[in-house]
Amino acid sequence: MPLKLKRPFAIFSKLVKDARTFVSHLTGQQHTPGPQRRGFLKRFAACLIGIVAGVVPLLSGIVVLLDPLRRKSARGEFVFVGPLGAVPEDGTPRKFSILASRTDAWNKSPQTPVGAVYLRRTGPKSVTAFNVVCPHAGCFVEFVGASKSYYCPCHRSAFALNGSIASASPAKRGLDELQVEIRKDNEVWVKFQNFLAGKAEKIPT
Amino acid sequence: MKVLDWLDGRTGYRKILHEALYENVPGGARWRYVWGSTLTFTLAVQFITGIFLWLAYSPSSQTAWESVYYIQYEMTGGWLLRGIHHFTAQAMNILLVLHLMQVIIDGAYKAPREVNFWFGVALLLLVLGLSLTGYLLPWDQKGYWATKVATNIMAMTPLVGPALQKIIIGGADYGHHTLTRFFALHAGVLPGMIVLLLVGHIYLFRRHGLTAKQPLRRRDVPFWPDQVLKDGVACLAVLAVVMFFVLKPRFAGMTGGAELGAPSDPSEPFAAARPEWYFLFLFQLLEYFKGQYGFIDSPMVGALVLPGLVMLLLILMPILGKWRLGHRFNIGFTVALLFGAAVLTVVALKHDAHDVDYQTSLRTAHRDAERIKVLAKANGIPVAGAATLLREDAFSQGPRIFARNCASCHKYDGHNGLGLVTTNAPGAADLKGFASREWIAGLLDPARIDSSNYFGGTKFADGKMAKWVKKNVPKASPEQVRQVVTALSAEAQLKSQRELDARDASLIASGRALIVGADVNCTECHQFRKPDEDASAPDLTGYGSRQWMVDFINNPAHTRFYGRRNDRMPAFGAEKMLDAKSIEMVVDWLRGEWFEPGSAGVLARGNESQSKAGAHLTTSN
Repeated sequence: MPLKLKRPFAIFSKLVKDARTFVSHLTGQQHTPGPQRRGFLKRFAACLIGIVAGVVPLLSGIVVLLDPLRRKSARGEFVFVGPLGAVPEDGTPRKFSILASRTDAWNKSPQTPVGAVYLRRTGPKSVTAFNVVCPHAGCFVEFVGASKSYYCPCHRSAFALNGSIASASPAKRGLDELQVEIRKDNEVWVKFQNFLAGKAEKIPT
Repeated sequence: MKVLDWLDGRTGYRKILHEALYENVPGGARWRYVWGSTLTFTLAVQFITGIFLWLAYSPSSQTAWESVYYIQYEMTGGWLLRGIHHFTAQAMNILLVLHLMQVIIDGAYKAPREVNFWFGVALLLLVLGLSLTGYLLPWDQKGYWATKVATNIMAMTPLVGPALQKIIIGGADYGHHTLTRFFALHAGVLPGMIVLLLVGHIYLFRRHGLTAKQPLRRRDVPFWPDQVLKDGVACLAVLAVVMFFVLKPRFAGMTGGAELGAPSDPSEPFAAARPEWYFLFLFQLLEYFKGQYGFIDSPMVGALVLPGLVMLLLILMPILGKWRLGHRFNIGFTVALLFGAAVLTVVALKHDAHDVDYQTSLRTAHRDAERIKVLAKANGIPVAGAATLLREDAFSQGPRIFARNCASCHKYDGHNGLGLVTTNAPGAADLKGFASREWIAGLLDPARIDSSNYFGGTKFADGKMAKWVKKNVPKASPEQVRQVVTALSAEAQLKSQRELDARDASLIASGRALIVGADVNCTECHQFRKPDEDASAPDLTGYGSRQWMVDFINNPAHTRFYGRRNDRMPAFGAEKMLDAKSIEMVVDWLRGEWFEPGSAGVLARGNESQSKAGAHLTTSN
């Protein structure tokens, strides 16, 4: 038994000694061994109290600072984008705004633009949809009629009509295709989602 | 430890640290020396919590209250952060007084420490400035109206007053720029000045050394660790007190932290506006300066001259202290000042505790504060600001509209709708539970129909209806009365009776038969469920329903209601005394129908157009 008890005590007194050495180095004071044990306890208590008193306001602030980590972005839900007739039949892509109710911290706004998509006919009753956000760095791509490709003005990313990366494009993946549903024969619904830019994979934000 | 040696070689930090820690404390560490350190500590707490609050605060009239609401009720730990900031501010004001008292009693303001004393007085004023500017920032009713009073007082300053007021509030009236300016003062200018002055204050303190309390009790010790430990314990105690007040509401199941009132509304004066408690004595002081005797008791003297003279005396203390009795005078003056402030504070609190109008106003304010939480949580806040939510809410506006327009004749459960019991002469009916079974049962009670709760105060007290009830109801069986009451009350389609009405369908059917039947025959005078041009009394079809009440308030003198026999009730709608929305809100409130979270209320109605468009997507930042 005495052995078992002695051990933690030895560890503790070593820790105390180390701490004292550290403090004396920090202040440049020569610490005299022996009668200063009470002085050490005071120092230790003063430091501890100082830390506790400082940590309480600091931690309460950091918790609030990290609150955004709790917030999630939109779960992709199908949104009505427009009538099928509004998508050109010759296969030219056309840009549509996505309207949805938007929550911005405390504000809730009904029917606010939250993004945009390019819709392109691939058949009489079929449409593909691309998110206009460039997968490279998040700018908006523009469709250029002359070259029949999507072009991003920020870093010259280019994408073919089917969304794939054109040669010499800095993007790591093609345009983000979104799920489309044609409802009631004439309504184009898109599952609107944003994805992390700069990655080769599509990771929803 | 070579790194530290290296660092010391480059910066000499050990010398600075040594000077900071080994300041001599003559006569040993004492508790009476802790106040300066606790103030520095609270200031540090305010800097830390303030900067974190800054990360979430948005100063503009449509976002200030809203962002504070978001901090308080939506952000993790926001209530705690805000609570610490709020209550530490109050602790600071108390500590300022304690520090000042200690300095004066110990004579620490005397030569050669005069300049440092003046630094301290300047710091005192700056901290009070922080309190004043910070009080407005949540932009709730309390802060808004109380600060308005403060800036109006500022405008009393001779010559420059009005211009000064405009500059401070950033325009002719309160708005966006009031907030941007107050926020810049609160988070930038004042703290910056405080840091500069505090550096000077501590430098001078170190230069002249601590003013030891004589006689010295023990041998001198260095500041570290004995005095630091005492200071630390005192700081921790301050923090513990602050945390107690922050956490106290939690034990009662509330959110905790600082209170947040209803969003400010310039169209909704707030009679219970008071400054924060530590300024309450100034508020009370002004009560005695009403200008009845000319300049000597004008508000300007109470608000500016008198406090100015006190400050001047405070500044002159080091010089006064040189006289033989100067020191005693200074102590006596400070004690008298604090005693006076305490007395004024108690008088103000006592007065408010017995002021019915104040208490009513305070109750309404708490009701609004609770209500806006429910509305904001359920529906989010529109971009136009949270005040609009309350303005369109029957639960909040109904009793106000009632108090302003109806309560001069009617009562609601004996009061004016807002809880104020008026001593008006008996007027028209008490409308609490109007058209409910209990209410109609009372109307058809021969003992009650001419009481002040029904027709007592009107010309109908001895009218046809009262006579009929007194004559015929005693002859009818209780069962018949019950059937008529149930059937008539069902016309109102009250939310609170929905289940009862569904259960008592057969009772209602027989009641309806009685209303038109020969035994009871209400339709002798009233119209019921089919057009009757000869009807001379109010229509019983849909009696007490939303539409019936709206129509009635619009014009009670309409032939469908009282016609020419209408007794003094104005045609609120027809005469454009109230707009349609207000009439609907007071009706909805009287009928107990207002938005409740989870019910198919306002939100559901608002969403219909959206679901047609098909957009249910929600993005959030």
